[in-house]
Amino acid sequence: MARMVTTRRKAISTAAAWLVGFLIFFPILWMVLASFKTELEAFAIPPSFLFFHWTTENYVTVQERSDYFHHALNSIIIAGGSTLIAMLIAIPAAWSMAFSPTKRTKDILLWMLSTKMMPPVGVLVPIYLIYRNFGLLDTRTGLIFILCLGNLPIVIWMLFTYFKEIPKDILEAARMDGATIGRELIYVLTPMAVPGLASTLLLNLILAWNEAFWTLNLSTLEAAPLTVFIASYSSPEGLFWAKLSAASTLAIAPILVLGWFSQRQLVRGLTFGAVK
Amino acid sequence: MGQIRLQGVQKSFGPVHIIKGADLEITDGSFVVFVGPSGCGKTTLLRLIAGLEDVTGGAILIDGRNVVDVPPAKRGLSMVFQSYALYPHMSVRGNIAFGLKMAGLPKDEINRKVEAAAATLNLTPYLDRKPRELSGGQRQRVAIGRAIVREPKAFLFDEPLSNLDAALRVQMRLEVTRLQKQLGTTAIYVTHDQVEAMTMADKIVVLNGGKIEQYGSPLELYEKPANLFVAGFIGSPKMNFVTGDLAKQQGATTIGVRPEHLKVERDGQGGWHGTVAVAEHLGSDTFLYVDAGPLGMLTARYVGELDLHPGDKVSLIPDPARIHRFDDGGKSIRA
Ligand SMILES: Nc1ncnc2c1ncn2[C@@H]1O[C@H](COP(=O)(O)OP(=O)(O)O)[C@@H](O)[C@H]1O
Ligand SMILES: [Mg+2]
Repeated sequence: MARMVTTRRKAISTAAAWLVGFLIFFPILWMVLASFKTELEAFAIPPSFLFFHWTTENYVTVQERSDYFHHALNSIIIAGGSTLIAMLIAIPAAWSMAFSPTKRTKDILLWMLSTKMMPPVGVLVPIYLIYRNFGLLDTRTGLIFILCLGNLPIVIWMLFTYFKEIPKDILEAARMDGATIGRELIYVLTPMAVPGLASTLLLNLILAWNEAFWTLNLSTLEAAPLTVFIASYSSPEGLFWAKLSAASTLAIAPILVLGWFSQRQLVRGLTFGAVK
Repeated sequence: MGQIRLQGVQKSFGPVHIIKGADLEITDGSFVVFVGPSGCGKTTLLRLIAGLEDVTGGAILIDGRNVVDVPPAKRGLSMVFQSYALYPHMSVRGNIAFGLKMAGLPKDEINRKVEAAAATLNLTPYLDRKPRELSGGQRQRVAIGRAIVREPKAFLFDEPLSNLDAALRVQMRLEVTRLQKQLGTTAIYVTHDQVEAMTMADKIVVLNGGKIEQYGSPLELYEKPANLFVAGFIGSPKMNFVTGDLAKQQGATTIGVRPEHLKVERDGQGGWHGTVAVAEHLGSDTFLYVDAGPLGMLTARYVGELDLHPGDKVSLIPDPARIHRFDDGGKSIRA
């Protein structure tokens, strides 16, 4: 009896999970489908789900009108660069807070997180003016800098929770076993921290890749990443759904592939290590 | 060799004095147990010896050399942690071999030693498993294996058995003692369990509030406790304490009698009178908790079965040779 209840409950929750998953995925699916429609069909009501005239002309037009690879390269440099720099700063910071905390450690962490509570638009004007005066507008350096700073609190916070999970005892055991600090780091600490480092890196990469507020406001063409590339299909001459969809599909493709291959790390990252 | 000497060792965390000057001499090859109530500083003292904490004052000599400025890696001691602290990403083999690898021993020698240690601890079938695939008792053995394989000057144990269930704890207690005697290596063992202390130790250090109350063999502590604290801490059930006129007649502030040194008589003459409140019948022993009016609650132990029940009137006759006397300050008065 109890067994029947649990199987049924399991079936229901599985179905519910699939439903939620589908609901979340549907807009993306719809976008990909729309990218293969003609502009007219993309508008059509009632919309056709699969039975339309499949075409790749949108992709051709998009590539003709704007240089996808230029923007993709910018995205890679900006997301990659800001993530790398954030990690380099965050690792020692989280490290020292996790392993030699002081009375103020908790406050510092909260303060860092609190910077994420203000809407970025609140500092848009000052940042814009600073960037203008320093010649950082529409430069990759400028975008790397702002995205790095924007994500730093989250990266430090995540790494801190991971490092915190590593029991101090184990490090002390290594010390008792005759390991020097260097060897303790290489043989004991790093192997235990790698999953945490990897998922933090991935999550930060995705956040930086998709960041649209600063990239849209601080770049126009030269340094513009894929977010700007997408946005360019949504204004002046009205909306072109099919082309916008094609551009968006192109923009998310690389990160989607990356995400697909690193699902496990990502789940761990997003749940802060709660799932093992 | 593994002779350890503490000279006026002190430790404070900020303004709080945790260890208030410990002097101790541990001879080579002996099994010394630190025992005391929770929070009295046992772990701290052990970690000071290990080098995982820095002393605030005093000296720690290992084989005559002051090691207070020597890092833990160079003190030649090994430690078994309460949490086992195994390396989760390494196999059992890797865990046991780690210390030897750090010491830079050749591969075949490492293998030989690891396998010998594994054989001693019945771990051979598990050498290639990860710690998470082992039971609590097996993890405990790995932690011990990791400690013995390095042939250290001394083993440091911090409540290593407290995470095991009762039956396994008794078994491991025997094994640890046997292993230590077989290896002849100095061992310092921390526990809050006085039974563990009495059964395992060559010598016991009783700690209380960061001070060493007494240092001696188990029987010395049992027969000649230095003060009220040791008298009450060592022995189970606890020693009975009586104050007031009865103590004054003996020239003391407090007198103490162990439950096993109280003779129980039904409605007898003399002795201390009372009423049985609770009787515990274990078959081998009978424990009586007696309400002795002005003397308070007294515990008596009778070897064998005694047919007494709550409400029964008894008299308790202390063995005059076994009465402990304590002065104002709680110190033992020796005749
Ligand atoms: N790192 C530390 N910082 C501050 N206080 C500590 C620290 N380690 C231990 N203490 C304090 O020292 C006292 C003794 O602790 P401990 O040696 O662990 O006791 P035991 O092992 O006998 O239970 C406790 O009151 C504990 O709170
Ligand atoms: Mg302790």
